[in-house]
Amino acid sequence: MAPVTSCWIAIVFPYTSTMHNSNRGNSADGSVISVESLAKEYRVQDKPEGLLASVTGLFHRKSRLVEALKDVSLSIGRGEFVALLGPNGAGKTTFLKLLSGIITPTRGTARVLGHVPWERADDFRRRFALVMGQRNQLWWDLPASESFRLHKEIYRIEPARFKRTLDELVDLLGVRTLMLQPVRELSLGERMKLELIAALLHEPEVLFLDEPTIGLDVVAQHTIHQFLQAVQAQRQVTVVLTTHYMKDVAALCDRVVVITHGSILHDGPLAEIVDRFTTHKVVTLDLDDTPAPDRIERFGFPYEIRGPRVTLRIDRTRIADVLPEILRSESVRDISVEDVPLEEIVAKLFREAPAAETTA
Amino acid sequence: MNSAAPGPPAFMPSNATIRRPFAGLRTWCTMLAICLEERLAYRGDFIIGTLMRFLPIVTQVFLWTAVFNATSRADIAGYSRNDIVAYYLLTMVTRAFSSMPGLSGGIARSVRDGSVKKYLVQPVDYVSYLLAARIAHKLVYYLVATAPFAAIFWLCRGYFPPLPDAGTIAAFLLSLVLSFLLGFFMEATLGMLGFWFLEVSSIIFAYMLVQYLLSGHMFPIDMLVGVSTGIEGVTAADLVRWLPFEYTAYFPAAVWLGKIRGADLARDLAIEATWVVVMAVACRLAWWRGTRRYSAFGG
Repeated sequence: MAPVTSCWIAIVFPYTSTMHNSNRGNSADGSVISVESLAKEYRVQDKPEGLLASVTGLFHRKSRLVEALKDVSLSIGRGEFVALLGPNGAGKTTFLKLLSGIITPTRGTARVLGHVPWERADDFRRRFALVMGQRNQLWWDLPASESFRLHKEIYRIEPARFKRTLDELVDLLGVRTLMLQPVRELSLGERMKLELIAALLHEPEVLFLDEPTIGLDVVAQHTIHQFLQAVQAQRQVTVVLTTHYMKDVAALCDRVVVITHGSILHDGPLAEIVDRFTTHKVVTLDLDDTPAPDRIERFGFPYEIRGPRVTLRIDRTRIADVLPEILRSESVRDISVEDVPLEEIVAKLFREAPAAETTA
Repeated sequence: MNSAAPGPPAFMPSNATIRRPFAGLRTWCTMLAICLEERLAYRGDFIIGTLMRFLPIVTQVFLWTAVFNATSRADIAGYSRNDIVAYYLLTMVTRAFSSMPGLSGGIARSVRDGSVKKYLVQPVDYVSYLLAARIAHKLVYYLVATAPFAAIFWLCRGYFPPLPDAGTIAAFLLSLVLSFLLGFFMEATLGMLGFWFLEVSSIIFAYMLVQYLLSGHMFPIDMLVGVSTGIEGVTAADLVRWLPFEYTAYFPAAVWLGKIRGADLARDLAIEATWVVVMAVACRLAWWRGTRRYSAFGG
């Protein structure tokens, strides 16, 4: 897009004539997103405490460089469903912003659907969507149907196709009755569902979701999971989402990228993370009597003993030996063997990540 | 044409995107329609705001009546008492076109709170959107304000000279449309300073001050004819003529009152049109540079 065009019409309506190139834009290896050595640094101003310091701060400001993202490389294929995990401030949102072209990187390259995202070509922008939590694309004082009508024009969606897609999405989420209500009157969950519809109307090939289920109740979360699954399966959309809810990850994502301190710590299937970072199984026993701790300790670490119910952590390598022994020596009414909860694995992962280094 | 990935071909967005002539214009018209609906949702607030705008003019009329009573002169710098009242009423009309309440502040706010991101992600042009929103804003305003305006002009009809000829009326209307565009692009550019400064309200305030003085909102600009600028043969009025401000209030009113005619009228219309183009380009440049800066530093 040439922002300063000589023609006056182009100044007022720069999109009167839009150039299309029909480059479908998948790279040779079939990846929809490919990122190489992507880095983003921010200069942040330290605001000193106290009045005196604030006054001197008027004349002399201290700033330092923060590396929000350092040297990230990865490639995502068509139809993949990828979760970005990481503690707050790890660089997940920065990464999504780079991929959707909101920000330009300090170093490195990225291609999404064959485009450099931060060039913000219209042809690129018609083919992806970004949903950022509460930042709404919907018009607050109007019913969602009006926002959808606008999207139809902005994204140049053919009328018949628009109607079909809208009907499909609305039915999947069961929100037909909400379409004509001003958006401001809707609940958070209802708004989120309509936001997702707005983002999917133009049938994007790539969908970026920044914490799509934040603050939603369990039912709404579940509905959104099912919806995203259906959409993804039907249309082969490539989805990248950031989340703090392991439920999202377990329900949706076949690949997990863990980012801490701006670098990728792990990239692989969820099962692989569980495999790599779980050393223990959680075994819950229902016994006939309340056992003394030392009777139980020989099997593994007793997490909790509550009456006859005992929860043990047992080393994964020993589990096959220990279980028969428990069954032999204790009178067991019920037994369950589970993986360590996902939240715990991830929390451990975050904690053990190498500490941040910031250049002064 | 391309090597499509071996995914199911059911989803081919190239078909979803249609190419239609004037698609940009269609988008813009839909935008305008939706902005209109949104504005109409607030009409109650609007009616009160509209009526409040008539208050300052009443004080102006009283002030000038006092000034005329204090001197024995029949006119001040070519304006009789009646002319002055007519002039103020006419500047109200021009301000109804050129003033842009909330435009700069709104842009700066959307930069600060990040909602401007939407216009980076979606294939939609922010300046076009702002223009549609502002036209909608104005149309709804005229819907509400026409009746009270008409009533006041009818009540004050005695202050006005006879109706000007068709050519003057045409020039007046043209100057009004240009004053709308000029006001829009000046304030939009101002708002985009928000990309560089966290807080633009003091800049907006300084602008408003200059605007108030030099637009003719406070006194007719041709009263500055007698004011020297220190440059030989150049009066303050000559200087102000080459600035954009007077075209947002004084100029259309002066055209209606027949103060500017013939070659002067053509020259001033050309100056106004040139300022519109300059500010439109400045606005685009500010948007372009601003978003680049935004992308590099924050986002």
